[in-house]
Amino acid sequence: MRTEFILPPPLTVLTTLWGLAGEGTFWLTALATLGRIFAGLAGGVAAGTLLAVLTQAFSWADCLFSPAVRVIRATPVASFILLIILWAPTGQVPAIVAALMVLPVVWGNVSRGIAQTDPLLLEAGRAYRFSRWKTVCLIYIPSVLPYFTSACHTSLGLAWKAGVAAEVLCVPKLAIGTQVYFSKIYLETPDLFAWTLVVIVLSFLLERGLGALLRKLEGGTAHAR
Amino acid sequence: MRVEHMTAAYEGKIVLDHFSLTWPDKGITLLSGPSGCGKTTFLRCLAGLQPYTAQRVELPLQPVILFQEDRLFPWRTAAQHITDVLPRARQGEAARWLELVELSGEGGRYPGELSGGMKRRLALARALACGGGLLLLDEPFTGVDEARVRRLMARIRALEVPVLLSGHEAALADLSDTVIFLQGPPLRRVDPQF
Repeated sequence: MRTEFILPPPLTVLTTLWGLAGEGTFWLTALATLGRIFAGLAGGVAAGTLLAVLTQAFSWADCLFSPAVRVIRATPVASFILLIILWAPTGQVPAIVAALMVLPVVWGNVSRGIAQTDPLLLEAGRAYRFSRWKTVCLIYIPSVLPYFTSACHTSLGLAWKAGVAAEVLCVPKLAIGTQVYFSKIYLETPDLFAWTLVVIVLSFLLERGLGALLRKLEGGTAHAR
Repeated sequence: MRVEHMTAAYEGKIVLDHFSLTWPDKGITLLSGPSGCGKTTFLRCLAGLQPYTAQRVELPLQPVILFQEDRLFPWRTAAQHITDVLPRARQGEAARWLELVELSGEGGRYPGELSGGMKRRLALARALACGGGLLLLDEPFTGVDEARVRRLMARIRALEVPVLLSGHEAALADLSDTVIFLQGPPLRRVDPQF
């Protein structure tokens, strides 16, 4: 057996990547996966934040949703992928799985942030006749923001790992995971490494973009820390 | 202004036990007493922030309190602290209130960039800007030098809003119209000679 099947040299991987990048479908594939992961991440962050607000604000929501979110957190990602393949169209499975992985992380962090909002500041808000909206904007959001950004950073890596794993198992038409799957089937190890490199680069770029966005969001609260 | 038979607890301990007090509805009234005697609990009850029972409470509408702690928002500038409590029509007044507490030119700074005394004055400016029928000032001049205390007291007096304040600074008794001596807990009025 040639060693290239097990561990291809870096030059071979880069040559393969260069060859792939010359094809039109490469960019479409990368864009499609990026879109799915981003959609899953955005959906998970939105749902996790909404659930955190609900479970902190209403005891009925806490009783209803908290156990469900804990179950999601404890369930292996592979079980989710295999179940969702049965329930949802193939193209949507990676986004749903990514969202499900992100949701508990965001829920946990944002819930902690809301719970730890300084009660003295909240009392000051009441004493100075803040409306509910003002209390949310001037006290809750700045207090929760550090917890939220930390959750987003952690979630990004999770979304990529879970999303690409879902693509490998459900094999949608245009997907990096599908390419990884075929590379494995046909023993095209340089392709496998090249596509993995693409995932790493995209993840890095998305992290940089998200980081810049979060830094902008945090700008106003930087003096809190 | 008066309260009759006010009863309130703090952390499970009775601090006000059928406490009654009458004080002038104009000028500055100082509550003088040792730390922990119940002055803060009394002021918090008057501000409506602490549950109590009372037979009778006669106060102007919407008393406003300056807390014993600064309770500033680390993410808001000094000017924003003032505009946050001002109604939309009075948003332009921030500079005036900062000037009143001698913080002109500091409007763009965050609490983390201010000294202890400056933070206290900013907290005071916020309470004054918020406004109300009665100012409840809980140790408003902690960390503020005496000369400045005198100037600030003169400006507070000029607002012509009744003030009930607590504090330990020696100058406060001279600068107040009425001094009420207290002891406790439970809080009770005492004769100054004893």
